[in-house]
Amino acid sequence: MNKQVVVIGAGVAGLTVAGALAEQNIKVILIEKEAQTGGHVRNWDRLFPSRRHGSEVMDFLDSNLTKQVDIRRGVTVSSIVRTQNGFKVTLANDDEIDAACLILSTGFQLFNAAKKEEYGYGIYDNVITSAELESIFKSGKEIATKNGKNPERVAFIHCVGSRDEKVGNLYCSKVCCVTGVKQAIEIKEILPHCEVFSFYMDLRMYDRNFEELYYEAQQKWGVNFIRGRLSECAENPDHTLIIKTEDTLTGKPLKMTVDLVVLLVGFTPSAGTGEIVKMLGLKTGQDGFIASADEHFLDNNTDIPGVFVTGAVKGPACIVNTIADARATAQQAAKYLFTLKTG
Amino acid sequence: MINFNLFVLPFSLGLIYLLIAIGKSWYLWIKALPAHDKVKLKAGIRHPQLMLGAIREVFMEGLIHRKMWLRNPLMGYMHTSFALGWFLLIVLGNIESRFYSGTHLNAPYYPIFLKFFIHDKLVIFFEVYTVPGIFRFLMDFILLFVLSGLFLAIIKRQKSKWFGMKRAAEYQLTDQISLICLWMIFPMRLLAESYTAGYYGSGGGFMTQPLGGFLVSITPLPSDFIAYTMWWGYSLALGIFFITLPYSRYMHIPTEILLIFFRHCAIQPRKWHSAFSDVEVHACSRCGVCIDVCQLNDAGITDSQAVYFIRGVRDQYVPDEISRKCLVCGRCQEVCPVGIRTDSLRLIKRRELFSSQPSDYSFLPTASLSRGESPRQGGVAYFAGCMSHLTPSIIRAMKGIMEKAGINYVQIDENRSICCGRPLMIAGKDRQANDLITANKELIRQTKAELLVTSCPICYRVFREEYTLPIRVQHHTQFILDLVKSGRIPLQAHFKKVAYHDPCDLGRGSRIYSAPREVLAKVADLVPVINECSDALCCGGSLGILNVSQQQRDEMTKISLSTLMKEQPEILVTACPLCKKTFSKHAEIEVKDIAELVYKAIPG
Repeated sequence: MNKQVVVIGAGVAGLTVAGALAEQNIKVILIEKEAQTGGHVRNWDRLFPSRRHGSEVMDFLDSNLTKQVDIRRGVTVSSIVRTQNGFKVTLANDDEIDAACLILSTGFQLFNAAKKEEYGYGIYDNVITSAELESIFKSGKEIATKNGKNPERVAFIHCVGSRDEKVGNLYCSKVCCVTGVKQAIEIKEILPHCEVFSFYMDLRMYDRNFEELYYEAQQKWGVNFIRGRLSECAENPDHTLIIKTEDTLTGKPLKMTVDLVVLLVGFTPSAGTGEIVKMLGLKTGQDGFIASADEHFLDNNTDIPGVFVTGAVKGPACIVNTIADARATAQQAAKYLFTLKTG
Repeated sequence: MINFNLFVLPFSLGLIYLLIAIGKSWYLWIKALPAHDKVKLKAGIRHPQLMLGAIREVFMEGLIHRKMWLRNPLMGYMHTSFALGWFLLIVLGNIESRFYSGTHLNAPYYPIFLKFFIHDKLVIFFEVYTVPGIFRFLMDFILLFVLSGLFLAIIKRQKSKWFGMKRAAEYQLTDQISLICLWMIFPMRLLAESYTAGYYGSGGGFMTQPLGGFLVSITPLPSDFIAYTMWWGYSLALGIFFITLPYSRYMHIPTEILLIFFRHCAIQPRKWHSAFSDVEVHACSRCGVCIDVCQLNDAGITDSQAVYFIRGVRDQYVPDEISRKCLVCGRCQEVCPVGIRTDSLRLIKRRELFSSQPSDYSFLPTASLSRGESPRQGGVAYFAGCMSHLTPSIIRAMKGIMEKAGINYVQIDENRSICCGRPLMIAGKDRQANDLITANKELIRQTKAELLVTSCPICYRVFREEYTLPIRVQHHTQFILDLVKSGRIPLQAHFKKVAYHDPCDLGRGSRIYSAPREVLAKVADLVPVINECSDALCCGGSLGILNVSQQQRDEMTKISLSTLMKEQPEILVTACPLCKKTFSKHAEIEVKDIAELVYKAIPG
């Protein structure tokens, strides 16, 4: 019997797991709703902490894909039905695929910063998200405010949509702290005279070389880190912004005029994940991300045999961890297919 | 004829005790009134129109229970039957007794126990066309009326849900003793009168006479002995009820009368606990109407509702936690049949507890108008409010509207904003709030404006109630309505289906219900919601409560939101930045302030 695997979502996790399965001569069908594969990395200029170009990771992931992987681009899944031999996946173009096993790698979407209305995203001209800044870096365009000037003062706001009960997201998005540090350095590289301020609750430099990058930002580039969560942002008639916060280390309220505000937006479960959760009746955690069968022992399995989860579909994760997780998922899926064959 | 028997003693002693106790309370409360309240009381008493109004209200609320009828007819009937029924029994009993004694000077117990002393053999029970016959008929009829209320009361204790009440108030021991005695009074009277009528074979009415005959026929013991025992029981039930009354919730009966007179003399609650507060807390009947309307139930909080809080104040024991656990949304105040100002009582307690806590606002910047803004004679001073700073699209819309209408305005809190003071006030910190009020008043004065407009109902309320400003104050819904009416802003309607949420401080707090609806009618298709106007629910974001968790707030918000979604609106509209912010987190549709809708509807 032809044991094929359907992988939904061709971001870092999907591409890795598909490549790893193909290496073992397992037929993989990789479904991607966008016209191009790569997910969020495609829009990212450079990655923390080494500041390798995102395109290098893309090239590496693509190089793993062999003929065994059948990629369907620009199409979504319209239904999944459990069958005797596994699953029948119907695509929006009416293609039907029989799969012995399903791997969900539908990832995350960025927090909608407009939900934090007090920060003025979508209301004030010079409030942007970290993703928008990254695409400016990638495009090589000049960093400028809406009236075309180079900013003299930039404020990075940490934890936008993360660790914030008021928007309903209690979890940490893990990658924004170090992204903020990386982007602060990059601003200083391009605009050495620009003052950069980072407003944080606490900086979670949890992985190798993160703390070093944080030191570099302070010592080499003079980025100012101020412990305080932004309370609100207002716009001056000249479109500069007034930000209000409290410097919690000195216990004093603080007010500052800046030219550009960058919101470090966190992770939220992707809309596509939500739909697939409904189709299969999967469990999610309180955070809305998919719950695996067991956090230690079966972290790539779900409660449904033959349905695997990998990468940021289970919650915020960086690229390094996502690649490792996807490889582990491939291992688990292959083992499952083997038991089907022999069993 | 000696009309005396030992059994009248419990009643008589109880009555004397009760009259002394009530007299003492009334005397002490009136004596403790602040001097100018005493002046008001003295002036009021000399004003016949005021007094007639008060008497009318005592009759309507104390006997008929009009508000209770409006709220819940079954409960209304229950209260009327007890209060009005008992009152009529006393009045008619007195008249009836004069007919027999031929004098106006009867001992107080005489009419109460009349049937023990009088066995009028001349009149048979169905002779309703004679004067004693009419009385007998009426007295039996009213007793039946009271007993029907008692029947309902007993059912209500067991099955409060049948009365439309999800939760009934929990009672203390004194309340329970009083309650049992009260319930005993009328069945004992029925039995005493029936056995007596049965024993003598006459003297009863249409109910007591046949019932008496029947009871005597089935009772093996000598019926005169049973009848006498019942008269003792009746007197004891009355006596114990009277003695426990001042220590139970039934103290509300005499106290409500005094409260009504106070209110008719324009005596108002004060910032601090006063004799008026004492009268208010003793006027609480613990009917429990305030329990079901309290949204803290949705958050699993069932120990801090107004009825329990007020009982705590009366018993002089309120834990801090209970004082703080209140949304200050005003819903209980709205439904209280006695009209107790539950919110002001709660704030008085908070002031006692928290106003002396030290706090330092010296870091606040010195008040001054924002950069380069010159004061504008006769224009509008716009105060967005702290909460609007968290919803900048409201400020943008308001500025846009004022610019398009060509209003000469200055925004007071554009740069150096100072809180209006109400959040501190509802936390009991009036002293600290007054520092902010003084600073803001100076800023408002500097603008030389003629009109103060705010986007926040919280600010609006405190400006109106505490600031004593020499200029007019409007919430932006009123201001926008004036602009629309005077044609200063042309509107192009979009007619999307919208639901309107009444913010607590704008609706119940300031009685502004029609202005926002009139404005919305011009720009949208307003659909009905489940809880509207004075019955609207709090969004759950209230600043009145700080000791609930975010999850508890979320529960209240979700339920509040569900009452607004009945007709599947496309946009949820409110007129308060805090409500907007609170609902935005959970709503699946857009949440907008009325100003945003209006700004969008201005063509060009």
